[in-house]
Amino acid sequence: MAKKAIGPVRRTFTPWEDSTATPFIEFQNVTKRFGDFTAVDNLSLKIYEREFFALLGGSGCGKTTMMRMLAGFETPTEGSILIDGQDMHGVPPYKRPANMMFQSYALFPHMSVEANIAFGLKQDRMSKADIAARVTEMLRLTKLEAFGKRKPHQLSGGQRQRVALARALAKKPKVLLLDEPLGALDRKLREETQFELMNIQEELKTTFLIVTHDQEEAMTVADRIAVMDAGKIMQCATPSEIYETPNSKFVADFIGDINLIEARVVSKSEDGTIMDAPRIGCRIDSSQTTTVSVGDTVWYAMRPEKVRIELGETETPEINQVGAEVWDIAYLGDVSIFHSRVGEAEETSLRSTIANVTRLVERPLTWEDRVTLSWGRDAGVILSK
Amino acid sequence: MRNGPSWFNVTSLVVGFSFLYLPIVLLVIFSFNESRLVTVWGGFSTKWYGELFHNKQLLDAGKVTLQVAFLSASIATVLGTMAALVLSRSGRFPGRTIFSGMIFAPLVMPEVILGLSMLLLFVAIDQSRGFWTIIIAHTTFCMCYVAVVVQSRLVGFDRSIEEAAEDLGCPPFKTFFLITLPGILPAVIAGWMLAFTLSLDDLVIASFTTGPGATTLPMKIYSQVRLGVTPEINAVCTILVALVTMGVIAASVTTKRRETQRQRDERAAIAQG
Repeated sequence: MAKKAIGPVRRTFTPWEDSTATPFIEFQNVTKRFGDFTAVDNLSLKIYEREFFALLGGSGCGKTTMMRMLAGFETPTEGSILIDGQDMHGVPPYKRPANMMFQSYALFPHMSVEANIAFGLKQDRMSKADIAARVTEMLRLTKLEAFGKRKPHQLSGGQRQRVALARALAKKPKVLLLDEPLGALDRKLREETQFELMNIQEELKTTFLIVTHDQEEAMTVADRIAVMDAGKIMQCATPSEIYETPNSKFVADFIGDINLIEARVVSKSEDGTIMDAPRIGCRIDSSQTTTVSVGDTVWYAMRPEKVRIELGETETPEINQVGAEVWDIAYLGDVSIFHSRVGEAEETSLRSTIANVTRLVERPLTWEDRVTLSWGRDAGVILSK
Repeated sequence: MRNGPSWFNVTSLVVGFSFLYLPIVLLVIFSFNESRLVTVWGGFSTKWYGELFHNKQLLDAGKVTLQVAFLSASIATVLGTMAALVLSRSGRFPGRTIFSGMIFAPLVMPEVILGLSMLLLFVAIDQSRGFWTIIIAHTTFCMCYVAVVVQSRLVGFDRSIEEAAEDLGCPPFKTFFLITLPGILPAVIAGWMLAFTLSLDDLVIASFTTGPGATTLPMKIYSQVRLGVTPEINAVCTILVALVTMGVIAASVTTKRRETQRQRDERAAIAQG
């Protein structure tokens, strides 16, 4: 029996590793100032054709300004933006090969769903028959066949969101810009829509640029993520690279949950680095080689799921192993997060997670249990201060 | 807390409404008076309404008034909407504060001063006064009311809708007619109706700027009343009151209906998810 396809199979796609590939969208030293406030600060970025790219950051980090500059609603104070090799300076929004899906959806309230989708096509003076065919195709793609005659206020939030997507895709843009597209949807619908977006992108082979503050969303949909802060890109890499090897304390802290341990480099070799972490009272042995010199203080960043937690305390602290006391437990259903207090003088806690593989109500670990926390040599990353 | 209105509320309501509407009610009642004497009730009759339709002077004045009101309201709506757009969309430009102040000044300016200055202007440029000078004067003072109404609507208007239209390849000028105008249309219509009413009942400015052959209804009524109130005037006023009342009721019923329909649609959309 054939397996039921849930969508096209995703293939590895890494044009950014190919130094000969020409970028499709290019930001060259772009700066945008609003009065005294610098929203985007001397930023350069290359996005490749057919890529699903995410700009991720907190509010006010400049991600929306980047998108609005690409769409033509804002002009860069300095630097230039290229789409498909063409400098976009002085090109008004209505002549750019990019279409945008707005956060508020921005549907035309006095037009039906069909008229909304047809709006952009009419501006191109397409023939009536062609417009009708394209509208039907877009309605099918976004599963809105039954709602073509409705007005936007007669639709639910999820349907409105799909109309906005259909309208933005109708003109077959070279680039689709998505501004916090799923923010207004509830969690379940959001997850479904994320996969729908990915399938649509795979089908149309259009370059997608998404702006979001939701890291889960960015990690689900995007081929690459640029983490932004204060108008700068902190790290630009694939979701797994960003999660497993963050390049700074900011990125490590921003994406997911992490233990940040202050440590001093004791010795380093080709085989790895040994650090002393007085706050948790043990030595850390890492397989990572580092450029920082011996004696420097660094952050050792370690994801909670990389930390093993076992009942019973070790007598003597060893390398990558420390005794602790369970202090707080957060039960999340699929996993439980344990906050364990380590060290004596100061209160330092390490977080570790356990997947709840059995349906036992009685947990093997409970509050005030003495436990041992341990981790492997490749559990964390060394971040210079 | 007590339920229902207190005696104080009831009294103030009654006194307030009597103060507002008693004179109008009296006027309506006396328009159906049989007697020629305005203050003496001589039995019910509609004969003054019949006479009214044979009074050519009054009918002509009525026609002039409607023409003036229609034309000046229309011109004022176009100009006022443009002013509102500039004020709410152009951001900061040199002289913006002065411009907005000057647009709204006629709202608080005494009508006498406005009328007099208009008269002086027409005299200075040697413009013979009549039908068109009234229209120009009315356009001037109605325009600022339209600007206020339209601007308040533009402030609450979601600009991303216009951006979406431009993003889809629609140039700004076309976007205004296809997207912005339908959105602010209720305010534009309201502004037009306000301007129409203001022009309809203006006496002071019209008196200053009129000339031979262009007498509006308020001017005619005023000059006739000085010779003594006739039941015919009562009848004209009753018709005016009736027209205005019907207009207001029609407008509020339509708004209410549209609102309920909209709410029902939204509930249906949420229900079927």
